[in-house]
Amino acid sequence: MTHANTTAAPRRYLRTMLRATGTALVKAFNTNKTSWVGLLVFLAVCALALLAPVIAPHDPIDQDVFQRLYGPSAEHWLGTDVFGRDILSRILYGARISLVIGLVSIGLAMLIGTVIGLVAGYYGGRLDIVMMQTMDVLLAFPSLILGLIVVAMLGPSIPNLIFAIALTAIPPFARIARAPTIAIKDREFMEAGRALGYSDRRLMFRHLLPNILPEVLVMGSIWIATAIRVEASLAFIGLGVSPPTATWGGMIREGFENILDSTWLVLFPSLAILIVVFALNLLGDGLRDAIDPRLKGEQ
Amino acid sequence: MTQPVLSVRGLTTSFRVDGAWQSVVRDLSFDIAPRETIAIVGESGSGKSVTALSIMRLIAEATGRIEGEIRLGDLDILAASEDQMRDIRGRDIGMIFQEPMTSLNPVLTVGAQVSEVLRRHRGFDADAARAETLRLFDLVRIPDGARRFSEFPHTFSGGMRQRVMIAMALACRPRLLLADEPTTALDVTIQAQILELIRDLQTEIGMSVMFITHDMGVVAEVADRVVVMLRGDKVEDGPASKIFASPQHPYSFKLLGSVPQLGTLGGSDMPRRFPAFEEDESDPRASGKFAAEAADEPDKRGADLLQVENLCTQFTMRGGVFARPTGRVHAVENVSFTLRAGETLSLVGESGCGKSTTGRSLLRLVEPSSGSILFEDQDLMTTSRAQLRAARRRMQMIFQDPFGSLNPRQTVGAAIREPIVVHGLATDAAADARVDALLDQVGLKPEHATRFPHEFSGGQRQRLCIARVLALEPKMIIADESVSALDVSIKAQVINLMLDLQRDLGLAFLFISHDIAVVERVSHRIAVMLLGEIVEIGPRRAIIGDARHPYTRKLIEAVPIPDPDRPSRHIGRVTDELKSPVRPLDWTPAQAPMVQVGPDHFVRES
Repeated sequence: MTHANTTAAPRRYLRTMLRATGTALVKAFNTNKTSWVGLLVFLAVCALALLAPVIAPHDPIDQDVFQRLYGPSAEHWLGTDVFGRDILSRILYGARISLVIGLVSIGLAMLIGTVIGLVAGYYGGRLDIVMMQTMDVLLAFPSLILGLIVVAMLGPSIPNLIFAIALTAIPPFARIARAPTIAIKDREFMEAGRALGYSDRRLMFRHLLPNILPEVLVMGSIWIATAIRVEASLAFIGLGVSPPTATWGGMIREGFENILDSTWLVLFPSLAILIVVFALNLLGDGLRDAIDPRLKGEQ
Repeated sequence: MTQPVLSVRGLTTSFRVDGAWQSVVRDLSFDIAPRETIAIVGESGSGKSVTALSIMRLIAEATGRIEGEIRLGDLDILAASEDQMRDIRGRDIGMIFQEPMTSLNPVLTVGAQVSEVLRRHRGFDADAARAETLRLFDLVRIPDGARRFSEFPHTFSGGMRQRVMIAMALACRPRLLLADEPTTALDVTIQAQILELIRDLQTEIGMSVMFITHDMGVVAEVADRVVVMLRGDKVEDGPASKIFASPQHPYSFKLLGSVPQLGTLGGSDMPRRFPAFEEDESDPRASGKFAAEAADEPDKRGADLLQVENLCTQFTMRGGVFARPTGRVHAVENVSFTLRAGETLSLVGESGCGKSTTGRSLLRLVEPSSGSILFEDQDLMTTSRAQLRAARRRMQMIFQDPFGSLNPRQTVGAAIREPIVVHGLATDAAADARVDALLDQVGLKPEHATRFPHEFSGGQRQRLCIARVLALEPKMIIADESVSALDVSIKAQVINLMLDLQRDLGLAFLFISHDIAVVERVSHRIAVMLLGEIVEIGPRRAIIGDARHPYTRKLIEAVPIPDPDRPSRHIGRVTDELKSPVRPLDWTPAQAPMVQVGPDHFVRES
């Protein structure tokens, strides 16, 4: 993240600051308890994805023509697909793709969008107009359509998917960073900083950024859910990571042909998406509710 | 004795904080007789405003609890139903607030807002309400009421808005008016007008007034009786003249003694510290005493440090479809002055006179339009960015709101340390020691360094801001209303700190303030600003004692004097307001020349 250049401050100040941010976060979580649930579920999913090679009962791309379209059983907990592949294993491995694409693309969008919003809001004027109108043009495309265009042009691969989804998520971050920047840049501590001879860069990234970071992070957790959904949708229409790699959207697409007699093919990957998206929304919404009044109370 | 209008017995108001009830007002009792004005005084956090809100029962029931007894005539307010309370508010008890800027709804005309009260409480129809509103506007001396009826609040100045608020509060001829710091946000000359207005209306309508304020000068002007509060407890009450003449409780004594009084150092040319109050810091209830009046500060003035010549700062106002310039605000117009090392020059004037813009223009925090700023023989108007940043190190600024000027997410140690590191004044290790030394210098402890700004009181925060500024070893500090937001006793301490620093470090101060009583204490010289121009400049003693410009005289006369036995002044029914410095595009300033009327004392011909 961009606040990495705080290393110049001595340890004791940095530590108190981190501790204070930590307590503030815990307090925010406690204000809306459902965000704890969201966080725990999301962390559990991350752990499962990380441990997929260890805990998956089968190889996710290993085909077995003698075990096609088996329902859930002791051998295959969630059944097998049309090629006889174990669905549980594919879901576990699919989680890795979804999470990597969701986290990296939104991380990227958060970084770029926040910097754009910060710079546009801080300097204002013509720069602001040009930057934000570019953002508005991007925003005019629904994320799925924009992602579709980019992936169709570049071809379906993980880096291209990340690029496409990041591109669609930059404008909202630019907006959410710009609004508080404009409100905060004329506060007295910013003017005091200018009077103390601080550079614009220092004022933006060391004084302004920490003040808007909570809002940006909350927004991030909600957008990861969107990114996972968009990735699944793209995979569903055939623009995801190429088979035979396991992806949730791809599994739903493959299972769709047999949805009437083998419901589990579609049901379980759909549930996986539902659980992750729901957990992230719980997390983000809870934090958003908690963070707003806390910011007001501080001033 | 006649039956009191309002009788408060054993009032205790508590708020729920983190699950536990904390009382903010404890066991408060007082009566208000008909036609009487009672003043509730105390510093911030003493529970004065909560008392008013309790009487109106405007405390949210989920988080607040009111106990005791409040009787309005025969009615028990705490037992009344919510419907009854809605009738009482506005009809029997009127209320005016501190902030006239935000207490009016910006999207409704002022006339509509006053009429609404009449229609709600007195059942007037639209025409009758309009007629009565115009009569009220006349009563509160809003000139040209018929035209202003259909104007929106933003076209009204602060003083005029407060008049509208008073008109609303008086619309139903209430028996009791609760005035919560009604003049605190206003300029002194406007404050004098509003105070006189409230006094006159009280005799005309025959209501009682409960006046909440922290300003002892205002108390002396308006109050018959005074209730002194400290952290939620009443410490003393009695007739105003008695409290002022011989305060019984040590806290009242301290509060009164800390009030800066205009004209107390008439015969001296130098600034002087406030007499320190010697007490046990931990217990403000314990008795203490004021040290003897301090000696004048030694004269350590040196060579000219800052020379400002013909400084102009203008803002262009834009309007219309293509944002064409439509007018210009001449915030600073042709301002010239010099400041010597170790000297304090005060800029005084009312809001909008351009004193703050002058200070900001010197540092080029706002860009001046023309003129020259010579600081240590370097012209700041023509220097490069890098040179400007270096110059800003030698010329520092402290602001009005110490909390606002500290980053809420930075520990105070880091905040003080940052300028040292940015300007490369010390190595990492030495910087920590420097932070400790600076905290010590402003009367704080090194262990405060790891705390956050919200953990400090207002006075301590201003000390922190001063420490941060001192980190850069400046030659000159611009103090923009730096003590205006502080309680009186804290104000005196911070001023004394500034004077100590001036003596020890030879600092020059440009002290920007509207509070002339404080200005008198700290300044060597005073410049009076009106509509962007300096109208009078000279030695402090000459300006306070022998003001020549009519505006300076008006300003000095308007300062409330904390002495209730002084016959109340009558400035007449003045409603004049400052003109605005907004001018058409082709306006050229026609400035009268400055004339010398005494040694170093200049006044603009009028």
